[in-house]
Amino acid sequence: MTERKNLVVNPVKTCQPLGAVLACLGIHGCMPHSHGSQGCASYLRMQLSRHFREFIPTTTSSFSEAQVVFGGSGNLKQAIRNIIHIYKPQAIGVSTTCSAETIGDDAEGIIAEMRGSGELPEDVVIFTASTPSYKGSHVTGFASMVKSAVDSIAVKGAANDKINIIPGMISPGDIREIKRLLALMGIKAIIMPDISGVLDAPMTGKLKLYQDGGTPLEEIADMANSSITFALGQEASLPAALGLEEKHGVSAEMLPLPIGIENTDRFIMELSRISGKPVPAQLEEERGRLVDMMLDAHAHWYGKKAAIYGDPDIVEGITAMAVGLGIEPLYVLTGTKSNRWEETVKTIAPNAHVINGGDLLTLKDLMKEQPVDIMLGNSHGKFLAKEMDMPLIRVGFPILDRANLQHFPVVGYSGAAWLAERIGNTLLDWKDAHVPDHMLELIM
Amino acid sequence: MMRQIAIYGKGGIGKSTTTQNTVAALSEMGKKVMVVGCDPKADSTRLLLHGLNQKTVLDTIREEGEDIDLEDIIKVGFNNIKCVESGGPEPGVGCAGRGIITSINMLENLGAYEEGIDYVFYDVLGDVVCGGFAMPIREGKAKEIYIVASGEMMALYAANNICKGIRKYATQGGVRLGGIICNSRNVDNEEELLKAFSKKLNTQLIKFVPRDNVVQRAEINKKTVIDYDPSVPQADVYRSLAMAIEKNDMFVVPEPILNDELETLLLEYGMLN
Repeated sequence: MTERKNLVVNPVKTCQPLGAVLACLGIHGCMPHSHGSQGCASYLRMQLSRHFREFIPTTTSSFSEAQVVFGGSGNLKQAIRNIIHIYKPQAIGVSTTCSAETIGDDAEGIIAEMRGSGELPEDVVIFTASTPSYKGSHVTGFASMVKSAVDSIAVKGAANDKINIIPGMISPGDIREIKRLLALMGIKAIIMPDISGVLDAPMTGKLKLYQDGGTPLEEIADMANSSITFALGQEASLPAALGLEEKHGVSAEMLPLPIGIENTDRFIMELSRISGKPVPAQLEEERGRLVDMMLDAHAHWYGKKAAIYGDPDIVEGITAMAVGLGIEPLYVLTGTKSNRWEETVKTIAPNAHVINGGDLLTLKDLMKEQPVDIMLGNSHGKFLAKEMDMPLIRVGFPILDRANLQHFPVVGYSGAAWLAERIGNTLLDWKDAHVPDHMLELIM
Repeated sequence: MMRQIAIYGKGGIGKSTTTQNTVAALSEMGKKVMVVGCDPKADSTRLLLHGLNQKTVLDTIREEGEDIDLEDIIKVGFNNIKCVESGGPEPGVGCAGRGIITSINMLENLGAYEEGIDYVFYDVLGDVVCGGFAMPIREGKAKEIYIVASGEMMALYAANNICKGIRKYATQGGVRLGGIICNSRNVDNEEELLKAFSKKLNTQLIKFVPRDNVVQRAEINKKTVIDYDPSVPQADVYRSLAMAIEKNDMFVVPEPILNDELETLLLEYGMLN
């Protein structure tokens, strides 16, 4: 395989502001604002709409040549005034773009100047994240915006009886599942950001600019008073949790996303330990059913080789789950650069070829040397899967060619059950499609 | 054929003064000249226009959008010399480099170069800090560069550095160094030092401009020397520089020297004693 340094082919990441906008959508009544040219905002809206198939509100500073030369301060100020006047948000999350960053626009300073002049209404919160696309990935942008929101809004007050959960870049279905687990455990939690009820909002026949979901600002403020913050995933969630620890003394604990039986066990046991509450029988039953499903179908996937790619935290979870099922992850790849992630994944799957900051051409080159039996990742891998003639389980972001997957969780025991069903039966489907007619079996 | 010339050199060395005095002499010779100031301070055409009364290209774009007329941004100064100031943002905001790109593109789109002009001079801010400040020497723009320097060490250091930039663009296209103009600071052995320096760089000292207070007197009166008093000897110096540029046929890819070599050169000519 030839080494490539200056060319990326089929990247496994996109730009920082996309994650930043997604983070804002998980805050109730928050308008995501993109400080830059219109094309940036169009892309952010379009890509998120393609994945979630929902309406994505986003505003833009609408740079023209003059703003790039003279600075975008005037446009940002006018945009903020317009947004407050026309869209009446409770909060505005400003993410910057490449052009704004390159000319050195200080979005945070411009907002502080507006705040200082007294022209901003007291009850509208505005926070900013520096998100140039030539650094990091959408996951970095997501983490920065969550941290900025929490840093700006959380206020120390009387201790509450809650825990904080920063769930990372997972789907609305995943967040619903985490909420269900917490309810079963009888634990009160503030989940931030929370895109459930926003990006899976029910069809009511009415278009709402701000959906009913999203973490309310009062709850984000109260995060400073919780007993602990669980950051689910080191890349997307840890920075905000560390911010709360540093600023308000709320201890931060990093856990992997609860994908697969082991990571879910860890999550449930930590919840039990922190709250002093026992694991309810209902959850034990759920786990038992999962174990039964895994046993019933283990022959279908045991020893199969997998290629897993996508966003770092989800890939880490899927890798752990695959190892737990007895699948051998041969290649584990993310487009986000993180040596820390690579080290973590190597401890989970010591025999895997682990790549951070890679692209799908790298994966293709590797798979040509030694093929796998199944791929797990986002839609971008479908061409590779077709070329190599192998099944692809769609998981992660973005999923552009299959609908409604974001409603089905991959976290928790039920998420693991769904993934086990998918993996096992997809492998059988593939086998059926490829065996000669006389070998087609009825009982598998 | 229209010749496009870019003037570079250390900040404060006298690029704008030298450029304006030289184009005044060229205009006296009957040449049609345009000066494009590429400095956010917009002070490159003050002597030709008898004051800072030029509305910049970027101010015009900011106030009137991109639908502007050539007359809005070109002012006619001394001897029908066309004057354009690119302008730029206030210090500390925006992107001055992008401003130069925007305004040169605007001039091209508006056809500023298509009206029988013999010379276009780009007077560029001292340090070529980013790509925008190299816009005047991109392919299809200025093919000739003159560097204004003096016998002072930092001026030579800057000139040598600019040559590194020119070399980069020369390998991509047709831009060449036409020579060094010495704007004298009355340093010992200055002319010999500059001649030796130019030779090292594989170029020529195209003109030694001696220091003469008439230049300052003319400046205070917002005029070039030729405009202020065409009979003084310094006016002839600029006429002779204009003629040297008009007749110049030595265009080279410069060979920048190492800093050690530069220091040795300075020692040799007694400056560091």
